[in-house]
Parts: sequence; structure tokens; C-alpha cells
Amino acid sequence: MSFLTDNREGIQHLLMGNEAIARGALEAGVNVASGYPGTPSSEIIETLARVSGERNLYVEWSTNEKVALEVAAAASFAKLRSLCAMKQVGMNVASDFLLHLALCGTRGGMVVVTCDDPGALSSSNEGESRHFARMFEIPLLEPGDFQEAKNMAKWAFELSEEIRNVVIVRSVTRVSHASGNVKLGRLSQTQRHAEFKYDDDALETYEGPAESTPVGHKHTLQQEKIKKVAEIFEESPFNTYHGPEKPELLIITSSVCNLYTKEAINLLGVEERVGLLKLGTTWPLPPKLLKRYLSTTDKIMIVEEVLPFLEENIKILAAEQAKEIGAKTFYGKNDGSIPSVGELNPDLVVLALSKILSTGYMAMPSEYKKRFQDSSFVVVPDRGRTFCPGCPHRASFWSIHNALQMDNRKGFVCGDIGCYAMGRLSCGFNTTKTLHAMGSGTGLASGFGKLAKFGMDQPVLAVCGDSTFFHAVMPALVNAVHHNSNITLVVLDNSGTAMTGFQPHPGLTVNAMGEEAPAIDIAKVCEAMGAVVEIRDPFDLEGTRNTLNRLIEKEEGVKVFILRQGCALSPEKRHAKEYDMRIDEALCLGEDCGCNRLCTRIFQCPGLIWDREKNRAMIDEVLCVGCGVCSSICPAEAIKKEEVA
Amino acid sequence: MGKTQLSKDPYNMVVTGVGGQGNVMASRVLSNMLIRNGYYVTVGETFGASQRGGSVMSHIRVSAQSVWSPQIPKGRADLIVSLEPVEAIRVLEIYGNQKVKTLTNTRPIYPVGVISGELDYPSIEEIKASVKNLSPTAWFIDATDQAIKLGNPVLGNIIMIGAMSGMGELPLYREDFKEVILDSLPEGNLNVNLKAFDIGASMLRKQDGAVFDVS
Repeated sequence: MSFLTDNREGIQHLLMGNEAIARGALEAGVNVASGYPGTPSSEIIETLARVSGERNLYVEWSTNEKVALEVAAAASFAKLRSLCAMKQVGMNVASDFLLHLALCGTRGGMVVVTCDDPGALSSSNEGESRHFARMFEIPLLEPGDFQEAKNMAKWAFELSEEIRNVVIVRSVTRVSHASGNVKLGRLSQTQRHAEFKYDDDALETYEGPAESTPVGHKHTLQQEKIKKVAEIFEESPFNTYHGPEKPELLIITSSVCNLYTKEAINLLGVEERVGLLKLGTTWPLPPKLLKRYLSTTDKIMIVEEVLPFLEENIKILAAEQAKEIGAKTFYGKNDGSIPSVGELNPDLVVLALSKILSTGYMAMPSEYKKRFQDSSFVVVPDRGRTFCPGCPHRASFWSIHNALQMDNRKGFVCGDIGCYAMGRLSCGFNTTKTLHAMGSGTGLASGFGKLAKFGMDQPVLAVCGDSTFFHAVMPALVNAVHHNSNITLVVLDNSGTAMTGFQPHPGLTVNAMGEEAPAIDIAKVCEAMGAVVEIRDPFDLEGTRNTLNRLIEKEEGVKVFILRQGCALSPEKRHAKEYDMRIDEALCLGEDCGCNRLCTRIFQCPGLIWDREKNRAMIDEVLCVGCGVCSSICPAEAIKKEEVA
Repeated sequence: MGKTQLSKDPYNMVVTGVGGQGNVMASRVLSNMLIRNGYYVTVGETFGASQRGGSVMSHIRVSAQSVWSPQIPKGRADLIVSLEPVEAIRVLEIYGNQKVKTLTNTRPIYPVGVISGELDYPSIEEIKASVKNLSPTAWFIDATDQAIKLGNPVLGNIIMIGAMSGMGELPLYREDFKEVILDSLPEGNLNVNLKAFDIGASMLRKQDGAVFDVS
């Protein structure tokens, strides 16, 4: 039975952290859920969307995170329970509204889930979203395992209703995308009626207008709420302690670092020497609880990822209470015990812990390590990331790269966020030269396109995906058109939010709940803004390059070139091979061709490999998806395509 | 509790391969089979951009006691299952030890650096020799080739799961496999998956302390 509909209390399921959060929301009786896809957060909204009919939910993939937060807040203002999910960068986008929301207060329980990505496993940064909680004075919860992810998500709604403000649940990749046993609770049977009441006076935060003003009054109320939260957190079962009464060293941690630390203590066998205080309520910190544990020893280590958030806040508490608890020695990020960059793991905690406790540890015996130095031991080739076989981005970047070479004025491409961020790697022929936030490619291009006055004569291009176009490119494009910036925007339209798993976006005819939705036509939007628009299939390499060269040569204004071809992994294309590919070995001239192995040395599709013995190109039958593009790149016409019958 | 006792607690397993091979699916099926036998199972993996053609790894921890870190400590794997041959060595270099067992699919997927000619891909004989050197119990099977015979190379994963069941190392039972597949895939797919599972299981028999090559 699916964990989403299983109503047997105490039954265990193996749940991914994100699924556990979704289940917690269902047990709390969430009514509305919104978000924008982003690894590692996407499965929360996806999971809720799957039961939107059965559980009578409204679930949407919003245009961007700020809009998602506004949609969720509207539900809260109408006294429904709502959840909004995003990755760490989404918090930056949503933060403008979040500040005002926290000041205004909420009505129905409202929870923001942010999933951070320490180590940037699937991000272009390792931004830390916990500071938003402190900066905006919002309660913060951090689940330390999968069971807690479910329990905390549920309790967050209750806390939100108790204090009438939004609550942040912060997860990380290794909680969101890891899985473990979760005992289910009961699904909520509560029905809620939506009504936005606004008749009370403006100072009333529950039935008056929903506003962040008057600021002095609302800010005072907000601070009273956060004081109350600190009191509630003193008693929270999410803060746990394991270890001796008077440990030699007290470790304070949160989130997945709890599991790393538990493992490290176990590996070193120092259970009798070390105490582990795991905090689930990390802003505001409960001062009495911390005072109690800080009093047990003089040595404190804080284990956390990214920025020293806990460390700094604990040090403030320790300074305030120094008279009573005495001076402490702190180990953490500031003294270099714990790395300040990248994600943690059990070994990094072992390293820090063994230094402080002067114990030895060997992850791998040297006798075993020596075997790697044996002369017969093979060198394992690096496995660089690449576009999938049949990926339209490979074809698009091939043409963009070649068009810029032909143009020969040192033109360049501003990159953006999506799989096509790999346009900067060899698989994208090192085509893109900038990479920042969602939509920043077009914003930067808009700026570069105005520098002719200062002598810049390089053609300026930008790329963006179809989902990114709606998320953040539109305002940048308006800016470029209005200021007559001389740029070419190439929209790599692969018909979905492909990198995160094909979530629908406003350009498609279906919404998150699988209902029919009006699609917004990117080409028409761009035309209405005043841009010159061309559309092509990127698999037509020659046509694409010619059109692009023509657009780049235009001296003035904004040109939009839409390259439309579905992602090779999309459910529609996944098992549908269009062509059978083969190499005509009589035509392939091997290394003698003079093409310098263009097909494999440069094009680099995993489905097209080089047979060193035969000195010929070869199709990898397992990997080739039959897109047919490589047949256009071989100068000897040795790569043959035949339509699948 | 499981009918087969764990030889170690937590029992640490790495499932590795290349993005697109169905690594995540395989680890989910295995974990769901194990949880049906009453164990705590913790699975750590990475999704998203890190999957596109790169090396991928799932860490599976099986315990009768509690959940564990979703990352296995270095040098602490008990079993490494590799859907691609060189990936087995890549993981052994970090998580291997004198007792680690390995199951390796012998079908290579060439990294882009190899396709472009900048890097060399070792021969399958060289790979086997290195794996055997690092892992006293090493099984090699041609799961992808067998899967192609069944009509779909992706079934290579299921053959690998069947082979793990055949090892007798972990409580991985055919009946649980069937239930898990029925829970997660349309019913029409059951027979071909069971067939793949059985092929895998028959390729391996429990044979401690040996290098066993059935590829």
C-alpha cells in the first residue's frame, strides 16, 4: 500500500526524507502546497501532487519561489494549512515576500520547507538558508533523520498556528534524498473552509487586513512570538541528548550531521567520553536547555555544514551566561576543526574528534592501501559529466559554438541554470562563459549588450531553458528590449523542467495535478515584448547555425531564437527510437580521414564510441537512442541513419 | 526479523554505476526488499545534475538496531555492487577493505574522456585482476548482455539484484522482490522482471572466499 494513503498508525515504510516531509504535511491536514522544482526539494511537491485528488489538495508548480510563497500565504490567510517547498536558492527569490509575511503573521498553519545542498552536489552554490530564520525572526526546525522529517513537518503546522506565524523546516540533500524507516501516524480527517476575513481593524492580525504595516506594531508582535517560541523549544522532544552526565567533550549538532556524529562516536568507541546534543529547534535556540548542557563540560564542539550558524548563536548564549557556566573552549568551523566548505561525512567528524580526544583512527589499513600502488593496478579513467545520448542541448551548443566560430568576433554566451549549465564543459564545447542564478544569463547579456559605447564589439548571446524563461528571464528580457540592448537569447526549449524530473511549467498544457492548463507561448510573449523571434529544431544542425549567424549579424535590438526539441529522457521520448544508427565501415576513414575524429574527439556523445582495434567509429547499441544528429557531422558521411519501421 | 542473520551490523552496501543505468531504482528495490524483513534500512544517494553521465553511488546500510548515516565511512563497505566495471574499482579505492565482497557487471560504459581519446579505458582482464586484488570474494557477471537477450538492457539491474539474492549474503528473497515490483511497476512488467531476477540468481551460488567469474 502506498505510504501516501496508508492510514495504519505505526506501520513502517521506507521513505525518502522528502516523502517523509510530504507525509507529515498530510498527517497535519495540509490543504495547499506550492513550490518551484529544484534539487534536492522537488519530491515534496511531486509527492503531494500525486494524492491531490484523493486528499482534496490544491498543489501547484508556481512560476517561481516568490510566487509560490505568495500562493501558499493566500491559503494561510484564508485559514487553510499550506506548505511551500524550494531549494536553498529559492529562499533568496522568495525572501522579499518572506520578510513581509513574517512581519504580517499567518492564520492557517503555514510551513516553508527549504532544502539546502551542502557541497553543491546539484547546485551552482552551497548557499545557507538558515540565516533567513534569524534575519527575519522566524522559527527554524531541522530534522535529524527521516522519522523526524515526518514528525517535524507535521508539528510545524501546529507551531505555526499556535504563534500565528510562518515556520521554516530546513532539510539538506542527505536528508531529503536519503531514505530510512518511518513509522506512520494517522492521516488528518479535518476539513477546512476557506474564507479571507478582513473586516477587523488594521492592527488586528487575525481577522483584519493582511499587511506588514504598521511596522512598529507588527514588529513588536513578531518579537513577542519569537520569545514564546524559545519557551516552547525548551521542552521540544526534537532536542535530544545521548552520553554521560559529565562528558569530556560536548558535541552540539543538527540535521544530518547528527547521524555523521553518531557514527563517528561509534567508530572511535568514545561513547563514555563524549556527549551528543542534537538540536532540532535551531532558531531561536532554547537558552535554558543550552545553559544546562553547556554547564556539563568545558569543551564544546559544534558539528554543522556550510556556515557556522549554530556555532555563532551558541557562542552568544555562552557569552551571556559566562558568569554562571564558566569559560569554554569551542571547536568548530572558526578554529578549523570542521571544514568551512563542502558537505560533511562521518570521516570528517572522526578526524576532528580524534584530534580533540587524541585517539587514533585508520579508515583503511596501509597494507590494503598499498595494493593501489601495485604495478598491475589499473588507472581508473575520470568520468566527466556529459549530456545524455540524444540530448538536444548537445546539438544546440554544437550549432551555437560553430556559429560563433564562423562569426569570428569573439562572441560569447551567458549561461543559465538547468542541465544546459554544462554548456561550459567540453560536452557543450565550452560555449557558455558565465553562470550564476536563475535568469542571470539574460540579465548579464542585457548589460553586456549596452557596452558598445565603450568599444565592446563582441556579439552577446544568452541561453535559457523553457522553465527558466518563465521563472526569471522575462523581466531581464523586458529590460533588454526596453533599453535596446543588442543581444541574442537562445531559448533551449525541451518541453519541461527536465533537470529536476519533468515538472510542468506555464508553457505546457498540463499542471502539477495532471489537469489541463492554458499554455503560454514563449514565442508570442517575446514577440509581444518587441523581440525578433525565430524557431527551429536544433537537430537540424545546418539550418540552426545559419539562422543563428543571421541573427547575430543584426546590429540592433533583441533577437530570440527558440530551439525546440524534447528532452531525450522525457516520458514521451524515452523508449521511442526514431532512427537505427550504423557506421559504414567502408566510408569511415578512421584516423586517416583528416577530420581528426570529429565524431568522437569533439562531438562526444556517449552513444558514439571509437573502436581502437578497427580504427573506426562505432555505435554503442545500449546507449544510442537514435536521435540521428551525428549523421550530420561526419564529413565522410559514414554515419548512417535509417528510420525505425 | 530476517530469516538470514546479518553477518555484520550495520551491513554496508554500495550500489554504483553510471547516471542513467537505473542505480537509484536498483537501490530502492533492494531497500524495500530488506525493510520487509524488519530491518532498519538507510539509503543515501545523489540525484539531479550529478547523474548526467557521471559516476553515481547509493549507500545502503542495513541494521537490526537503528538508522545510520546515509554516507558509509571510508573503508567500511561489506559489499560493493557495480553496474559498470571500472566503477567497482573507483568505489573500492575509497570504501574497500580486506574483507569486502564485490559483484560486478562486465559491460563498460565509456567516459567522455575515453570517447574523445584523452583517457584510456583498461581492458576487462585488467579490471578483473585489479578488482580481485582488492576484493577476496569477487563475482563478475555479464548482466547487460543477458538483459539484451531478454529484450531490454535496463533489466541488467534486476539481473544484478537476482544475483545478490543468489549470494545468500543478505535476506533478499524472491517473494519480497515480487511484492516490491508489484508495488512499484505496472503489473504487466512483473513476468519479465521475475525472469531477469531468476537469471541473476541462477548465475550465482553462495561460495565463500572465492573469486567467481561467470561472465
